Amino acid sequence: MSEIIRIDPWQRFRRFTSARIALGRAGSSLPTAELLRLGLAHAEARDAVHLPLDVAALERDLQATPYRTLGVHSRAPDRAIYLLRPDLGRRLDDASATRLAEQPSRGFDILFTVADGLSPVAVQRHALPLLQSLEPRLPADWSVAPLVIAEQSRVALGDEIGELLGAKTVVMLIGERPGLSSPDSLGIYLTFAPKIGRTDAERNCISNIRPEGLNYDAAAKKLVWLLGEARRRQLSGVLLKDTSESLELK
Amino acid sequence: MAYSYSIRDINYRFDDLKDLLAKASPPRSGDYLAGIAATTAVERMAARMCLADLPLSIFLSEAVIPYEADEVTRLIIDRHDGVAFSEISHLTVGDFRDWLLADSTDEATLSRVAPGITSEMAAAVSKLMRNQDLVLSAKKCRVITRFRNTIGLPGRLSVRLQPNHPTDDLRGIAASMLDGLLYGCGDAVVGVNPVSDNLSGLIGLLNMLDEVRRRFDIPSQSCVLTHVTNTIRAIEHGAPVDLVFQSIGGTEKTNASFGINLDLLHEAHEAAQSLRRGSVGDNVMYFETGQGSALSADGNFGVDQQTCEARAYAVAREFRPLLTNTVVGFIGPEYLYDGKQIIRAGLEDHFCGKLLGVPLGCDICYTNHAEADQDDMDTLLTLLGAAGVTFIMGVPGADDVMLNYQSTSFHDALYLRALLGLKRAPEFEAWLKKMKITGAEGQLLTAASDHPLLSVLPEATGAQDERNHSD
Repeated sequence: MSEIIRIDPWQRFRRFTSARIALGRAGSSLPTAELLRLGLAHAEARDAVHLPLDVAALERDLQATPYRTLGVHSRAPDRAIYLLRPDLGRRLDDASATRLAEQPSRGFDILFTVADGLSPVAVQRHALPLLQSLEPRLPADWSVAPLVIAEQSRVALGDEIGELLGAKTVVMLIGERPGLSSPDSLGIYLTFAPKIGRTDAERNCISNIRPEGLNYDAAAKKLVWLLGEARRRQLSGVLLKDTSESLELK
Repeated sequence: MAYSYSIRDINYRFDDLKDLLAKASPPRSGDYLAGIAATTAVERMAARMCLADLPLSIFLSEAVIPYEADEVTRLIIDRHDGVAFSEISHLTVGDFRDWLLADSTDEATLSRVAPGITSEMAAAVSKLMRNQDLVLSAKKCRVITRFRNTIGLPGRLSVRLQPNHPTDDLRGIAASMLDGLLYGCGDAVVGVNPVSDNLSGLIGLLNMLDEVRRRFDIPSQSCVLTHVTNTIRAIEHGAPVDLVFQSIGGTEKTNASFGINLDLLHEAHEAAQSLRRGSVGDNVMYFETGQGSALSADGNFGVDQQTCEARAYAVAREFRPLLTNTVVGFIGPEYLYDGKQIIRAGLEDHFCGKLLGVPLGCDICYTNHAEADQDDMDTLLTLLGAAGVTFIMGVPGADDVMLNYQSTSFHDALYLRALLGLKRAPEFEAWLKKMKITGAEGQLLTAASDHPLLSVLPEATGAQDERNHSD
């Protein structure tokens, strides 16, 4: 069959990029093997979006951490509505809001929220190891709220959760929009003084957390630095990011 | 002013022109998200029938966003050419569709009338048109632009080579760029979306792209798609800037959310023109647009997303761009839900842009949370090829490893050429032949393993070459 497919004589360029180069061609078109490889990658990304978070399994996993867990759900009842109505994914449903409001609020220094976002599988795979890498790095005198597991959640849902639980800072671990080469990428969003209506400019983001991207320890280290700065300067977002980047250059 | 239309004794009322336009729009998730879409299928038809009866001139007297409040409205009204309009001023919106499809309305007619057509007129008539009308009418429009080659000639299709890399690695970008050139792509532009907006990094990218171009004397242009203020700074630092990129929208508030206004675009346009780097023309702007950006910026003011998009083309037209690209499926399913909505939007955007005289290309694309796949992209690609789209994207294997979405590939461009007999920009076509990348008929040759382009990157040193990169 090899003479049917034209092989591109620049296979060596592949070491410079993860892009799909030097694929060869059958006539003008993709060879069958590459067509199927692209189809598989898309299938993985589709499943990453649509397979729901296994909350029971995640709760079991998180027993390995010192944190008690609470479950909440956004106002988006299912995946289809979640995708069409981002606004509903940013607010708690009534039952969840009531449950959180009834929690004894203690002015926590930090609140972790683990949210499905656009890739539940990212959370399923990476939330526990990330939290385990993070836990020993956190200052011992910081009070940590119960960990909230959020379903059909957008990033901004953390604002309402943090506000109801009276947390000074909310750290949201959320599945990012899957790419073909990264169906399970986890993101962290840090928001100081969370309350409904915060904008994305008031958050700091650490992106692409997965073994093939930013590893757990590197992400944990970066987050602890940001948490310390947010606490010291009493803010998060663009201003904090600027300082962080100039420090990294030194 | 309110409008109404009766069907079977039911009177459908529309608060004003923008309400009428929104309710006449083919269904799409972004208009539902904005709460402005028709609530029933019959209400949508009532809006279309009502719209069909309105005179085109109404769009000159009733603005969808007030003249006093929005500089894009002011641009549309102030730049309107009454003489060009006189040829169609007696038409209703419904007549306008018939006129566009009439055999007597040809390329010359449409070029003559284009300055008399406003964004809202184009958007309005598109809402009465079926997909085949959008294809056929766009096919009649001719928009030709030039920088180092000639884009938009009949029977031609150009490709933006998009060699993005997740960390802006110069060798990684060069590898994808060479892959694309060896597949006969890159005559629209070699355009990189950088991860970082660090100025020295941007200048490093611009220098690398320009070095490859000069070394092989490629009759094309390069662009680094960063914010217009960064490009102005790069020009001030003496960087080799061919084209100035900017995302634009159809309202002043949308543009403000992008950190731009018309004055800033004028400044950038003048800065790029002052470099005089074009060899056959001086179209120096590269714009990107897309339905939904106005709502996303909370800057839609109750205007439907397709009309907002057509207004962005009025902004583009002001700066005589080399290229304008509607990035149709990138924004996500809350604006365009599935393949059907993406295909429709791509055809509308292409038609409206071309009708207004803008060199419209399309990033035929989708994200993984939209109800779409590569089959939908094939459909839109084929339809836009038939409609005479100015350019499409060329992304290695259709998989953008930096922006995490799927577009069209170098192979897709070859498919469209093979299917429809479309040629590249003539200067680029000649260069490809000279470089023995293509043969006499423009067909791709099998590249020799010692092809000069392959010398850009160093020889392999390790055993990593066999690495399986894709799974």
